[in-house]
Amino acid sequence: MASIELEELYREILLEHYRSPRNRGALDGAASCAADGANPLCGDEVHLDVRVEDGRIADIRFAGSGCSISQASSSLMTEYVKGRTIEEALRGVEAFQEMMVKGAAPADVDFGDIEALIGVAKFPARVKCASLAWKTLEQALRSASGREPAAAVTTDERMAGNA
Amino acid sequence: MLPDGTLDMDEARRLITDRTRLLSVTHVSNALGTIVPVRELADLAHARGALVCVDAAQSAPHMPVDVEALGADFLAFSGHKMLGPTGTGVLWARRAVLEAMEPMFGGGDMILTVALEQSTWNDIPHRFEAGTPHIAGVIGLGKAIDYLETLGMEEIRRHEVELVDYALRRLGDVPGVTIFGPPDPKARGGVVSFELEGVHPHDIGQVLDSYGIAVRTGHHCAQPVMAALDVPATARASFYLYNTTDEVDALVDGVRQTAKFFGGVSA
Repeated sequence: MASIELEELYREILLEHYRSPRNRGALDGAASCAADGANPLCGDEVHLDVRVEDGRIADIRFAGSGCSISQASSSLMTEYVKGRTIEEALRGVEAFQEMMVKGAAPADVDFGDIEALIGVAKFPARVKCASLAWKTLEQALRSASGREPAAAVTTDERMAGNA
Repeated sequence: MLPDGTLDMDEARRLITDRTRLLSVTHVSNALGTIVPVRELADLAHARGALVCVDAAQSAPHMPVDVEALGADFLAFSGHKMLGPTGTGVLWARRAVLEAMEPMFGGGDMILTVALEQSTWNDIPHRFEAGTPHIAGVIGLGKAIDYLETLGMEEIRRHEVELVDYALRRLGDVPGVTIFGPPDPKARGGVVSFELEGVHPHDIGQVLDSYGIAVRTGHHCAQPVMAALDVPATARASFYLYNTTDEVDALVDGVRQTAKFFGGVSA
């Protein structure tokens, strides 16, 4: 491998999730809520279907395509939120954003394997790849609670590309 | 577009009609490197009474460009792709076309006389260059063009064809690599757009970057082209007069390392 930084970005656990994603595919049964996220400039796409029962995420599935970081983050996110309450999941979204900004997860959140994504914080151009699944989850959950309609999500702040 | 990245000229003949006012076409595709038969398209457009606008941003820096031979009415290119400063560029137009045009912008230097009732426009090209121009930048662009002409555009073109020919052969040998665009190096400009099976172009770019190799990744502002090729994006090596075959070798090694790094992925 060429550099320590690159190894920090592409942790083995991430490559493993990229190769063998968890919770990929369609839900058994109807979804309580869903959302689409896309970063059109780089082509990352995530679709989430979530089944909420008694305020908890009973099941979640993702579909989509994109770079290894976006797909591994989707896989890790679904593992993390399954079985958690909506509030816990939204707190996870917030904590993930903080981790991307500060390069460390907040002390009150146990992210486990998700901390393998800490290395992404050193690559500003890739933060949007890692964040997409989480922002899309937030959108799905907020639309479920009737707070907002499920508009398409993007984590790409650039408005136009360059040839 | 045909599968090899060249234009479907039968389709062009169908699309260019008496209703066509302006044909806008790139001379060399930034996404795939395809050299477009501009003259043939210009003849089709002119036969229908349309004007022709050529994007030469990928050709003017890399090969001799003759506006007359191309049949261009307008031709544009940018400084930053030809060793010049960012934010500079050239829009050339045939004098007869310019004479028929009204200014788009008002400002300093674009008028001769101003009265409350009417104004008269300055001579061409000043009437189209309102306000204080990017003087320092354009002087820099002029120097860049002088430098390129010292080397000779024919020579630059010859060097790039050699590099592209070498890159197509070497990169084409790497398992899992698909190269887009025409296979003949003489039919393309100085870019080689490719994909590596199972590895997203952004991941290719990230790993190559760690080896000190800069490639462009993404859809190259050409999403319909990506859709036609059925890829989300491509990685693109872009050659210029300063590149060498040793650097092509480094690129090929980097792509092999990338394949190894993501090995086993078939996402």
